[in-house]
Amino acid sequence: MRLVIILMVLSLLVLHQDFWNWNREELSFGFLPIGLTYHIGISLGAAFVWWFACTFAWPPEIDTADEQASESGEQA
Amino acid sequence: MNYLLAMNDGQIRFSIILVYLGLLLGLGFFASRLFRGTKDDYLLASHSIGPFLLLMSMFGTTMTAFALVGSSGEAFKKGIGVYGMLASSSGIIHSLCFFLIGVKIYRFGRKHGYSTQIQFFRDRLESDLIGLILFPILVGLIIPYLLIGVMAGGGVIAVLTEGAFPNLGLSENGSIPPQYGSLLICGVVLIYVFFGGMRGTAWANAFQTTVFMGLGVVTFVMLANRLGEGQTLLESLKNVTAKVPSSKLTRAGMSQTLFLSYMCIPLSVAMFPHLFQHWLTAKSSASFKVPVICHPIFIMIVWVPCVLIGVWGTTVDLPDIRPNDVLPYLVNNEIGAFMGGLLSAGILAAIMSSLDSQFLCIGSIFTNDIVLHYLDESKISEKRQVWIARIFVILIVGITYVLSLQGYRSVFTMAVWCFSGFAGLFPIVFAALYWKRLTAAGALSGTLAMVGSWLYLFQQSGYGANTEFALSPFGSEYPLMPVVAIILCSTVAMLVTSFITPPPSQKTLDKFFRS
Repeated sequence: MRLVIILMVLSLLVLHQDFWNWNREELSFGFLPIGLTYHIGISLGAAFVWWFACTFAWPPEIDTADEQASESGEQA
Repeated sequence: MNYLLAMNDGQIRFSIILVYLGLLLGLGFFASRLFRGTKDDYLLASHSIGPFLLLMSMFGTTMTAFALVGSSGEAFKKGIGVYGMLASSSGIIHSLCFFLIGVKIYRFGRKHGYSTQIQFFRDRLESDLIGLILFPILVGLIIPYLLIGVMAGGGVIAVLTEGAFPNLGLSENGSIPPQYGSLLICGVVLIYVFFGGMRGTAWANAFQTTVFMGLGVVTFVMLANRLGEGQTLLESLKNVTAKVPSSKLTRAGMSQTLFLSYMCIPLSVAMFPHLFQHWLTAKSSASFKVPVICHPIFIMIVWVPCVLIGVWGTTVDLPDIRPNDVLPYLVNNEIGAFMGGLLSAGILAAIMSSLDSQFLCIGSIFTNDIVLHYLDESKISEKRQVWIARIFVILIVGITYVLSLQGYRSVFTMAVWCFSGFAGLFPIVFAALYWKRLTAAGALSGTLAMVGSWLYLFQQSGYGANTEFALSPFGSEYPLMPVVAIILCSTVAMLVTSFITPPPSQKTLDKFFRS
């Protein structure tokens, strides 16, 4: 799963360099420059990738360590 | 009541700002009633911050004057490309840093009792010297960051109170002069940080983040209607966009390599000391999930309106104003006094939600890494430790305020230089967490290489005066941001030195890495 996340993040980084939109003057919805619309999509894509990562690639050892830390804190 | 009716627009706006600042002070005093009297509670809110408050406080802390005043000013100059340059890239990179670095740092912080970055580095690298080297560097880099907020806050109040007090002789146009506005901002932040500590700061950040996000959207709608003059919002948006020069609606004139190299700037969040402190306030590792996911969307909600307002500024016949003043100028001149006052409070909210954490973290670094590290901690009571942190916070606020009187700098340029320095330290924190072979000497040489390259390039840029300064290693048609060279220098120095010096002890490796 980690490999999938790494590939997704790398894809986002590559897609971020949208040289094909550089000089495009079209407007989305009649007011939003296409270059800006595209990067809004990148922001939403990033949120999706991080949701995916947190849901499917959250390291299990982190939660275990949490429990240990809180237990040692309580004992102290 | 007659007095209220007799107030001019500037006075109405200023009164609303004062009411808002009063609310913040109230929040700080309320938080202080929950204060448990310990250093851990004052600096880390006793690790009690849940997912929502963590999201709001982390986001509020990372979004400063740079996000509102700087982004709109830069979009006014360069067009919509500013969003891709820093906002969408930050959505990817910030969350990456929270995911890869924040969660791990939190884990080690809870396990080994760290309150600051320096404590972590000293332990991980088995070196006291790294703390002495990092202390002035972190404080030195955070001060320009503080200056951005203090200067922008004073500037915003000056623009928005134009004509408020024509008979007081404070300034030629009857506004509150920037130095008085900055003093007011510093004073309010200082008071609620002083009394409320990290809990007050986190609450104030959550409150201010809500305010500036909400009012940002309201500003956007009101300015669209005002500038576009359509029957509906969509019609207004179309009308105002039709008036914008086409060069501002594309990235024509913006270098693709420069755009690419801007991607390195958001790496700075991995080494922000104030963010580090917020990470440690979390209740559990799971608290990080909401901030990691929502951060890109929150950035979008703040930056898209600001960038569009910035490009709309090109459609208005503006006087000869500085780019930093585009947003406050439009709010001041295009929106009624009452709403203008509320919206200006929103701008100040964004500025102050970063200042508070930065002031507090410097107090924390000084208390933990200098005073308590070199004196016998057991002989200093918890109460006295809190007071030491408070006194250092006051000192830093004073120093920052005095420095802010030294003159104008572009918020955007100052922020980019400051972030470049922090980004140059990214390889070191990343290696400390994921590379067993990193040695103290490697981290030290990487840090010094960052400082050397940063100072050299900053000097080459005329100490930030040349706002278009870039490197041209592959010819002038392929410019790169200085941050690329800074990261390269620190990485190479760190790797080479680590490989030629003895590895860390097995005890340390066992402590930080699973076998």
